[in-house]
Amino acid sequence: MIVRILGGGQFRVDDAAAAELNQLDAALETAVEHGDQAAFTDALTRLLAQVRAHGSPLPPDILESSDLILPHEDSSMDEVRKLLTDEGLIPG
Amino acid sequence: MKGTAARMGVMKRVSLVFKAKANRALDKMEDPRETLDYSYQRQLELLTKVRRGVADVATSRKRVELQMNQLNQQANKLQDQARKALSVGREDLAREALGRKASAQSQLDELQTQYAQLQAEEEKLTLASQRLQAKVDAFRTRKETIKATYTAAEAQTRINEAFSGISEEMGDVGMAIQRAEDKTAQMQARAGAIDELMASGALDDAVGGHRDDIQSELDMMSASSDVERELAKLKGELTAGAPKELEGAAPNGDGQGAQGYQAPQQSQQQQGPYAPPPPPQYTPSQQPEPPQQAEPPQQQAQPAGLPVSDLPGLADEPQDGDRS
Repeated sequence: MIVRILGGGQFRVDDAAAAELNQLDAALETAVEHGDQAAFTDALTRLLAQVRAHGSPLPPDILESSDLILPHEDSSMDEVRKLLTDEGLIPG
Repeated sequence: MKGTAARMGVMKRVSLVFKAKANRALDKMEDPRETLDYSYQRQLELLTKVRRGVADVATSRKRVELQMNQLNQQANKLQDQARKALSVGREDLAREALGRKASAQSQLDELQTQYAQLQAEEEKLTLASQRLQAKVDAFRTRKETIKATYTAAEAQTRINEAFSGISEEMGDVGMAIQRAEDKTAQMQARAGAIDELMASGALDDAVGGHRDDIQSELDMMSASSDVERELAKLKGELTAGAPKELEGAAPNGDGQGAQGYQAPQQSQQQQGPYAPPPPPQYTPSQQPEPPQQAEPPQQQAQPAGLPVSDLPGLADEPQDGDRS
């Protein structure tokens, strides 16, 4: 599957890593829902590290949309909430 | 995806938001092949925009760099002033100068952080611009192939693929530009404020107006302890430095007290503004010592307080030279 890190390009990640990613992702989602900053930072940091560790960067000239999209490392919880609700964070 | 509809995770939801955006844009197009040209135009515009973004960030970074240089100079100047003030016994002035230097230094520290942030931002945006360029090139190739090979009806799926691939990148880059613009705007506002402060000379009052009271109190405490430490250091330097300079002067005075005494005056007359030469040991508190150093042969038992004119073998000039 293809995972994009916003501001950091796309990665091809082996499907075997999916279970672990999903677990961390669930933690991230819960953290955002509860406004838990510490858990948010922790989950996001680990997710990004996992993707970078298990994924290989996709050549930039490949035109494929991503299965999963991750916020960049210094995203605030507020930014992530906006990303989820399509409130115009994505321009155009 | 395996996750339930209710909880699919942040990553999936974000990707769906991106896809929904692309689909809405696609739906607006009557002829799918129109989409290709229209999208390509927008891509080129975005490329221009992201390159301008890189240039803007670089400009901001250079401005911060310039300010850092100015603040550095200012801090050095204040340090010199403090040293000078202390050497003439004006500890109050030295304290004031060191206090201002501490303010300049704290501004400098903040600027250093900003500088690093801008540098990182510039790097990220440069990479984003390179990735977008590669995708836009790929899109152009794909666009020509689709146009040449397929009828409008057949082309639909392929166009959709190419379009959603590029539109995700464009959304990403668009956000990156937005972030960079926000950061640059913030820093430009701060840089402008610092410029004004430097121009008005009020830099010493400017220690982080955006911080809370406790923090500024703490900063003041640490700044004042910095001042004390620097003062102690300077005093140490000064007392350590004085004897050495006296020793250095001794050979000069060997048997030629007159010359030794006149030298400072002469150099003042001859070189006008170049005043500093009379070394620190001639300051009032230490005045009694130089005669001993300058004329060892004649006056080994000479009491420090005795008028120089009473000494045998000494011409009148030294006295005049010393007192006038």
